[in-house]
Amino acid sequence: MGLAFFHASAQLDTTTMGQPSDTSLKKLNMDAVYSRPFLSLGKMPVAIGGYLEANTRYENTNGISEGFSFQFRRMTIFLSSTIAKKIRFLSEIEFEDGAKEINLEYSAINLELNPLLNLQGGIILNPIGGFNQNHDGPRWDFIDRPLSAVTILPATLSNVGIGFHGKYFIKDWVLGYETYLTNGFGEKIISNAQNRTSLQAGKSNPGKFEESQSGLPMFTGKVALRNRKVGEAGFSYMNGVYNQWRKDGLVVENKRELKVFSVDFNSSFLNNKISVNSEVVKVLVEIPETYSQIFGKEQLGFFVDLTGTVFQGQVFGWEKAKFNLALRFNYVDYNVGKFKETGGNISDHVWGFVPGVAFRPVGSSVFRINYSFSQSTDLLGNPPSKTGTIQVGISSYF
Amino acid sequence: MKKYFVLGLFLFISSFLYYSCKKIMPVAPKTDEVLDGPVEDLNAAQKIQFLKGDAEFNDKVFTSENGLGPLFVATSCGSCHAGDGKGHPFTTLTRFGQKDSTGNKFMDKGGPQLQNRALPGYTPEKIPGGASSAKFTPPANTGLGFLELVSDSDLLSMADPEDLDGDGISGVPNWKVLASYLTPGPNSISRNGKYIHRFGKKAAAFSLLHQTVNAYNQDMGITSFFEPKDVLSGLVIDPEVSTHTVNNVVFYLQTLKAPLQRDPQNSEVQNGKNIFISIGCENCHRESLKTGNSTVAALSNKVFHPYTDLLLHDMGNDLDDSYTEGNAKTGEWRTPPLWGLGLSPISQGGQFFLLHDGRAKSIKEAILFHGGEGKKSKEKFQSLSQSEINDLLRFLNSL
Repeated sequence: MGLAFFHASAQLDTTTMGQPSDTSLKKLNMDAVYSRPFLSLGKMPVAIGGYLEANTRYENTNGISEGFSFQFRRMTIFLSSTIAKKIRFLSEIEFEDGAKEINLEYSAINLELNPLLNLQGGIILNPIGGFNQNHDGPRWDFIDRPLSAVTILPATLSNVGIGFHGKYFIKDWVLGYETYLTNGFGEKIISNAQNRTSLQAGKSNPGKFEESQSGLPMFTGKVALRNRKVGEAGFSYMNGVYNQWRKDGLVVENKRELKVFSVDFNSSFLNNKISVNSEVVKVLVEIPETYSQIFGKEQLGFFVDLTGTVFQGQVFGWEKAKFNLALRFNYVDYNVGKFKETGGNISDHVWGFVPGVAFRPVGSSVFRINYSFSQSTDLLGNPPSKTGTIQVGISSYF
Repeated sequence: MKKYFVLGLFLFISSFLYYSCKKIMPVAPKTDEVLDGPVEDLNAAQKIQFLKGDAEFNDKVFTSENGLGPLFVATSCGSCHAGDGKGHPFTTLTRFGQKDSTGNKFMDKGGPQLQNRALPGYTPEKIPGGASSAKFTPPANTGLGFLELVSDSDLLSMADPEDLDGDGISGVPNWKVLASYLTPGPNSISRNGKYIHRFGKKAAAFSLLHQTVNAYNQDMGITSFFEPKDVLSGLVIDPEVSTHTVNNVVFYLQTLKAPLQRDPQNSEVQNGKNIFISIGCENCHRESLKTGNSTVAALSNKVFHPYTDLLLHDMGNDLDDSYTEGNAKTGEWRTPPLWGLGLSPISQGGQFFLLHDGRAKSIKEAILFHGGEGKKSKEKFQSLSQSEINDLLRFLNSL
């Protein structure tokens, strides 16, 4: 039954997938991992799917360019199966930059105890922000992921753990929740080559699936509310100790906590011809007073994606091809605070925008052209460096 | 019809982006508006070494995993010298120790430099009781290779320790015993077993190798073959940076271009320069020096314009921090090169933090802090008309 459900979803989803999203569907960002096209062969108990992303890149910073490159960003393979009634399995294996990085991003078993109470365990996506849950490339009209969703919230963020999720429906409303305990980050949050506080660096601990550096579970929880006519809003929170404060039974330093808050919102208008997707994130990290202020105690970021369909119809035999225009605003402040020495603001921030065009012959495939402009200001607030990037790319489920 | 419209629009946008690359891409700043970049005419091998040094200096970040600290001031070279320019109060370091030339009595208590930051779990240093101290703002890196190649005899020709010419300006070199890993250069002159040192606020560093090794060790807690002692334990430990890397960084510093003056033909700039000379600033801030022979042709036998004499001068009580290094007296400071002065804000967060510790927030304020040997020039500056002051400041900002 469950597998059949997947099949049905697959057929439905491929035609509605991509921007703008259809808010009349009673699906939340938390459903994204199960709202993918899958294919099963014959009577095989396993369904398979995946997507790939590749693009060209020409980047120029302050007039200096390393030239033109092709990039194979990622290929992701999904495997799913219904083990028994109300017991499902799904995994996601990602090959980034060819085979430079191979990650098991998701591998979890779901037990549906009640629509309001599902138990999920394994390697799960931490439900923090909307993009982390709904990150598949073919869904978006932008080649790069949002800056705040990558460099502040380190999408894709997943970890080993267990928790509950559920949904409740009332007329036009859907209320969903997720709550998990997982392993946490590591010391690299404040000890990394980026030379700034970085959850992205902190998640790179290769042993994170077998041992928690802090020896304590990290909590991640999200509540999301969707109205069919208005859209979806989500609030998520993550909290845990990130440092190895105890070694071989000896307490070597104080526990240091991190807290992450995120609010996301998405909606669509005019019969889904215009859509908006946005996310705000705030990170608070405890850092020893005697450490360097290069590592910020607070980070803030947001993005807003606007997408509009300017053409929809038959093109080259594709019945529901779409031609979209898109615009993204990015802002991240990696170090919100003031210098002890001068009382002046610490900078270390980036803002930018990305206009783009996208052609979707079908919902599950997108050809994209993006121009990205960003302006980065260093810690001291010196004149910013300006970067322009032109990308042409393809992303498709298969 | 629609499909051709879509296809045409898609191709049009693609073509537009392709052909408008130059229009929509950021443009490079003018070479005289930035401090970084190599000297001209490096050969291919030298450019490769420059880039290796650049990567180590500006991109390499030290962490607990690759040797940082455990006590430190900064996590990378570049964090103290943004864009190869002057530092900011955030990166200003503190030296502590002695008031006279008898040597630092606090070497066993963390001297000479205060490591005011520490890895988690460690406690940073504090200035020990009885020690005097001074704050040093990191200097700009540009043009250092030229300064290194000025012969000792040229420096001595500008020195006038007894003020025999009676202009109120003496100027003395800082004579110190060489660190064990240093060797005198072909243009070095020895006096009583000591050699002229020329880099740093008190001219306490002999060469760029000396300066680099000290900075790795005292700023970042990184040991090397040259300076193998850990800053916390004082014990000799394995090198945390290779000699090859140190050499690349030294080469990078040697081959950074000299700052380029902007708008030198402007009449106000030229008038300001004449005023600068007429009120005696140029007696210490010497406009032109020349290099000796170098294996890098781009640096060899060049006349350049740093506006310094690399000598120590008494700057009066207001700038006397009761701390010194080598033979320098507590009120004596090495004449800082003025080239690149006008570009200071691009590395200091849009502001000026001038003089040895960044206390002056403008060029005018820095001039007014001058005392001692600079007092006469300061008084002449104060008697200038507003128009003359404007021209002088215009000149200084053009450097």
